[in-house]
Amino acid sequence: MSLFSIFTFEFCLIKMGRKLLLEKAHIENIRFYDVYRREGGYRSVEKALKTMTPDAVTEEVKKSGLRGRGGAGFPTGMKWSFLAKPEGVPRYLVVNADESEPGTFKDRYLMEFIPHLLIEGMITSSYALGSNRSYIYIRGEYAWIVDILEQAIAEAKNNGWLGKNILGSGFDCEIYIQRGAGAYICGEETALLESLEGKRGNPRIKPPFPAVKGLWDCPTVVNNVETIAAVVPIVNEGGEEYAKIGIGKSTGTKLISACGNIKKQGVYEIDMTISVEEFIYSDEYCGGIANGRKLKACIPGGSSVPILPANLLLTTAKGEKRIMNYESLADGGFASGSMMGSGGFIVLDDSQCVVKHTYTLARFYRHESCGQCSPCREGTGWMEKILLNIEKGKGKMSDIDLLWDIQRKIEGNTICPLGDAAAWPVAAAIRHFRDEFEWHVTNPDDAQRRNFGLAHYADPIHAPVTS
Amino acid sequence: MSLRFSDEKLKEVQRIIEHYPQGKQKSAVIPVLHLAQEEFGGWLSTEAMDYVASVLSLKPIEVYEVATFYSMFNLKPVGKYMFEVCQTGPCMLNGSDDIVKYIDEKLGIKPGETTADGMFTLKTVECLGACGYAPMMQQGKYYKEQLTKEKIDAIIAECRNAVAAKN
Ligand code: FES
Repeated sequence: MSLFSIFTFEFCLIKMGRKLLLEKAHIENIRFYDVYRREGGYRSVEKALKTMTPDAVTEEVKKSGLRGRGGAGFPTGMKWSFLAKPEGVPRYLVVNADESEPGTFKDRYLMEFIPHLLIEGMITSSYALGSNRSYIYIRGEYAWIVDILEQAIAEAKNNGWLGKNILGSGFDCEIYIQRGAGAYICGEETALLESLEGKRGNPRIKPPFPAVKGLWDCPTVVNNVETIAAVVPIVNEGGEEYAKIGIGKSTGTKLISACGNIKKQGVYEIDMTISVEEFIYSDEYCGGIANGRKLKACIPGGSSVPILPANLLLTTAKGEKRIMNYESLADGGFASGSMMGSGGFIVLDDSQCVVKHTYTLARFYRHESCGQCSPCREGTGWMEKILLNIEKGKGKMSDIDLLWDIQRKIEGNTICPLGDAAAWPVAAAIRHFRDEFEWHVTNPDDAQRRNFGLAHYADPIHAPVTS
Repeated sequence: MSLRFSDEKLKEVQRIIEHYPQGKQKSAVIPVLHLAQEEFGGWLSTEAMDYVASVLSLKPIEVYEVATFYSMFNLKPVGKYMFEVCQTGPCMLNGSDDIVKYIDEKLGIKPGETTADGMFTLKTVECLGACGYAPMMQQGKYYKEQLTKEKIDAIIAECRNAVAAKN
């Protein structure tokens, strides 16, 4: 962190704890229209449709610095501005509610507790993009949430926020829900579109990007639930105000779903100025490590991002406090950093085995690979098998190098990012926890009876770490 | 063909088709397969898939290739109640292995198996987006979260009672 950003950080502390999305989520019956409206809901639709042009809405989103909350962190305003607008061709907004990245359960929380926020965000965003027919693609397992959303849509429609000529603006909009049927890959936007077209969820080769050729070959924007919900405060308060929250390119608030071995698992809204340490240990958030144990490791942004040992999680390799935002979590690159990803924050205590945890993730990616690209289809299965062998005390030293080699050959060699997502957790586990892998090989019997423990993974870092 | 949706369900199919622009009813295949699975005994036989194809004017292969891709579609018969226990990282950290083991002890079924009376199927699944409420499983439409042995006992008893009440 530069001196300047340290200054900004101190400054922002004053506003810490600011909530934009979940501020009202606890209000009784906020799930229903009357209460949501009484609390100021649907103001952004009124403001946009009555006083702004569609381009002006996009402009505010650009100014806000909002970045895609699904995992990739791409600037939303820019994504919107890429949308092609040929005459006479429909455009679509598709909300990605396929939330399937292990560790991530924030969109579900938002949709369950304050569904109208998503619907409101969708109407305002659909207006900006010129989408008269917008979809929510939701993972099939969230079956009961479909009912909640259906009800919210019906309520919005009965109150004139959906349908033809909304608020007399001439803008028509309908929202439909599409349920998936169990496929992590459908969280990838082009796989999602294939699925929405009634096909297998095989990602498409890009280009063409969905902004030009998306759903049924029409220009399409696919955005995450949280991203679209954030459009509500952005339009209400203005992009510039939104951008004042946070640090640098990490503007606004972010939902973090925290799980694993912490005292208070759940969904938290943070304003990206707090330190990782505070997030884990303060009572306002995770409340510390459960059962009096110690922090061993953490995957801070969903299963695909690199796992970090306790020491590199709390401080960067340069010895600075790590902050819960896009830049700071990535500080040090893959050698010593990780990523904000989807905000799925997975904490491992000192009784956990990194080899076993990595094995479950490798199994997950093998299960979820769509099978189109050989490196991913075959490689994920090999990694799973080798990891299981090591975990069961049947591994060889050369297996660790073989694992490294396989993940290297998957990364960057597939149509979609699932290959990278499968490779990174394995790479990071070996990079930072090689001792633990080797211990499984050299102490196969011991490894069946106990775990490696904390070892040196929380020791203070003095010298910069090299990979 | 003996399998058929009721008139009410056929209306529902029609409502689903209306979600899409004209001529795009292929998009309805996943929602209609869900409907078929619910209606025709919790799984999709070839006959059921062929029926879905005919309802949507698709070729059977267009339905098969979708049904075989998505993990929620059961291509073999399953028990009346399905316990789908998540076993991915975050759930494993909170004891999902013990839950699987306990269900096996109680019902004598391993993952992928169904009890002889056709009541229960145990299945291990990957992350269901409930990682903060682990260990957990899906049972029918709903999630059962923060599972303990006691909760499993109660769920099993509840299922048995529901069936007994019907008979
Ligand atoms: S890991 Fe089990 S629900 Fe996410």
